Amino acid sequence: MKRIGVFVCSCGSNIEGAVDVCKVVEAMSKEPYVVYAANCKYMCSSSGQELIGKAAAEYELTGIAVCSCSPRMHEATFRKAAASAGLNPYKVEIANIREQCSWVHKDTAEATGKAITLAKAAVSKLCRDEELYPQSFPVTKRALVIGGGIAGIQTAEDISNAGYKVDIVEKKPSIGGKMAMLDKTFPTLDCSACILTPKTVDISHNENVRIFSYSEVESVSGYVGNFTVKIRRKARYVKEDLCTGCGLCAEKCPTKNVPNEFDLGLGSRSAIYIPFAQAVPKVAVIDPDSCRMLKDGKCGLCSRVCGAKAIDYSQKDEITEEKYGAIAVATGIDPIDVTPFDEYSYKNSKDVITALELERILNAAGPTNGRLVRLSDGIRPKTVVFISCVGSRCTEEDERGKTYCSKICCMYTAKQAILIKEKYPDTDIYVFYIDVRAPGKNFDEFYRRAAEKYGVKYIKGMVGKVCDENGVLTVKAADLINNEQMMIGADLVVLAAAVEPDKTAKALASKLNASIDGNGFFNEAHPKLRPVESPTAGVYLSGACSGPKDIPETVAQASAAAAKIIGLLSKNTLESDPCTAHADELKCSGCSLCANVCPYNAITYIEKEFRMPDKTVKIRRVASVNAAVCRGCGACTVACNNGAMDLHGFSREQILAEVDSICS
Amino acid sequence: MEFCYFPGCTLKNKAKDLDRCARLCAEILGVKLTELPEWQCCGGVYVSTSDDVAVKLASVRALIAAEERGLPLLTVCSACHNVLKRTEHDLRTNAEFAAKVKAYTGSEYKGTVKVVHYLEMLRDLIGYEKIRSAVKYPLDGMKIGCYYGCMLLRPGRVMRTDNPEDPVIMEELIKALGGEPVAFPERSECCGAYTYAESETLTEKRSERVVQSAKNCGAEALVTACPLCKYNAGKYGDLPVLYFTELTAKAFGV
Repeated sequence: MKRIGVFVCSCGSNIEGAVDVCKVVEAMSKEPYVVYAANCKYMCSSSGQELIGKAAAEYELTGIAVCSCSPRMHEATFRKAAASAGLNPYKVEIANIREQCSWVHKDTAEATGKAITLAKAAVSKLCRDEELYPQSFPVTKRALVIGGGIAGIQTAEDISNAGYKVDIVEKKPSIGGKMAMLDKTFPTLDCSACILTPKTVDISHNENVRIFSYSEVESVSGYVGNFTVKIRRKARYVKEDLCTGCGLCAEKCPTKNVPNEFDLGLGSRSAIYIPFAQAVPKVAVIDPDSCRMLKDGKCGLCSRVCGAKAIDYSQKDEITEEKYGAIAVATGIDPIDVTPFDEYSYKNSKDVITALELERILNAAGPTNGRLVRLSDGIRPKTVVFISCVGSRCTEEDERGKTYCSKICCMYTAKQAILIKEKYPDTDIYVFYIDVRAPGKNFDEFYRRAAEKYGVKYIKGMVGKVCDENGVLTVKAADLINNEQMMIGADLVVLAAAVEPDKTAKALASKLNASIDGNGFFNEAHPKLRPVESPTAGVYLSGACSGPKDIPETVAQASAAAAKIIGLLSKNTLESDPCTAHADELKCSGCSLCANVCPYNAITYIEKEFRMPDKTVKIRRVASVNAAVCRGCGACTVACNNGAMDLHGFSREQILAEVDSICS
Repeated sequence: MEFCYFPGCTLKNKAKDLDRCARLCAEILGVKLTELPEWQCCGGVYVSTSDDVAVKLASVRALIAAEERGLPLLTVCSACHNVLKRTEHDLRTNAEFAAKVKAYTGSEYKGTVKVVHYLEMLRDLIGYEKIRSAVKYPLDGMKIGCYYGCMLLRPGRVMRTDNPEDPVIMEELIKALGGEPVAFPERSECCGAYTYAESETLTEKRSERVVQSAKNCGAEALVTACPLCKYNAGKYGDLPVLYFTELTAKAFGV
């Protein structure tokens, strides 16, 4: 005999403000099988949960319906309460009368009516709930970190310090990411390389950490605790274990004029190269598009000079397969392409550069050895104009840019202005801005120092056009405070380009089944309370892959993601959600439709013997669901022509009962 | 190829050459221009208040007349093109404006007219290859600065003529005619337009800057599609200013 208890939450005034909860209780107490109905101000409070326990014992309840907020918020809470009252935790249903009712309706009569309808539907489903039991499965005690910038390095370091194994996959030949390219960091002006290199060197010597550099994630299968990841190790044509990083090959290589990616194409490198002096691993790599040997089979000079015999022109991409318990995404950010902003003449003038390009120019290891010069003529610029928000805070119609604030530009612009003023105090510097955003420890002081102590001219207003007349730059801008038009003859113009997610993020998100937002940033499981977890179990977010961040914030989030991963890896087993699909083998025709739509590759086919009515035995191909891999999305149940696929906890019968209840 | 042709007031007095040469070149290229009967002034400039219906009515009538004939509406004057194209855009995207217009005129615009500038016709429907073959007297590498002004290209999202910051449509025409286009940074800046009526200094400053910029980049002459640009640049600068149709006619030998 079914004995159901209905618990209606007021949620303070969140629900009560629009829904007459007493009427809901009254209506539900008259429903079939309902033996108890009550209201509570906060069902999620300990007194609310005690109410469930008491009623369950007193009325011998077999199922519990809670009319409250979204199951995303408190389903787990109420399942636990039911379990402590001795019920199967899957005999709990939630009617969402907050997000889907009280918050969206103003009229009390209408909202109350809808709340009752939703509650009745929940009871109809509850009457058909079966007892479900989770399976437990082991956890692979190794983590994968995708991206070897400062975020990935920090996450890997923290996980390894807790005693777990970590692999870093980095698509470039060296780890270090964007931070390795920077000259100084704000607001302390530490040398970026000086604080990063100890970490990259440490991680390369850490015995718990393996670095797959020049590698990319090819595919991901499995589920939390048990991911199987295929990693493409791109051919570098150099044996990583033999190369000593002496650099003789690069010195002797006859192809010298290849744009150097690490210097954003401002400098050049040879066809075989080590990306930068502090590269980790310090191993050469051959760029097959410019190597004469690989293109035409003529040269082989590097192979002849290599004392370690590390060159291998026949190397091919290799795929290795590894197993992981957790995955951290640390793919970071990139500046946007500023060429569509034709008004700034970036395409036409060598003396209009991006901030990251200036970073390389200011860097002592950069293409000009740290001397600030114009790229067009090698002369030191006397007047430098910085333009903020290039591609940030754009209107929705402007498809060239982003609607969001890139967060880091105001501060790095102040930093670059200070660095120039420190080296060359006679430089005239203008910064055009919409707002200066400097919230952060010592940030505002830093920006004010640029303006007040160093005499950087901050002008509120935007630049309309950078005119390039035979190499002479004129910046046309508006000074909004003095309400006047400005024309500045500039020697160098620096664009603070907006940042966007790394180009690989979108494809990676689909491999991981992790969701991304409209801008391509990874979504958090909860933007406030679970900022370093993705909604996909076992996938964590480290650093700027979830939104623009500066270095300290990136490092903090990277450590937070590591803490979450350590928590997961410390468990020996995990319990799976029993709400998974299952096939009725008698109805299944083995057509493969369900396997084709399954996004998790959870369905395989087995040959099975069936005893026919005439006592003969027939072997048929039928679907079989791997319950550990199935996430219960229900795609297969809709695709199945024969109605053979059904979902535990969300059966067809239950859904139709809900629909019937709502429509009756 | 046939178009409803909307010459505009200025082309009937100050800018007669723009109109005359446009017609002559069209004939050579096999394009039939049927002048819209009883057309009225486009309104001169597009009014920025969206509810200003009365000022846009002349353009609306031109659009409805072209729609009745089932032909695209061709303009040569930058200002007319700007007003007609933006009014057409308003009719399709602003329901309130369209309703008010209907109440005024008693007839409805269905949204089927394509407003085409003469330069767009040359680029998209004739093609520079055909123009090149029609040239009898090539411009012999004459260095020409293409002066777009502000109205031909902006607002970019509505006009969709070319990239407002880095246009090529006129430069490509000059190349086809055998000239050497000179891209100068001020080429899509405003000449000062009607502000000379109020203060001559602003127009003078702006136009001077435009012409100076073209000269700095080596231009020997300017071409434009806008009577106002020609007037201001010609008055305050010291480069010859021609309409693009004049130059085309010259190269075609008509």
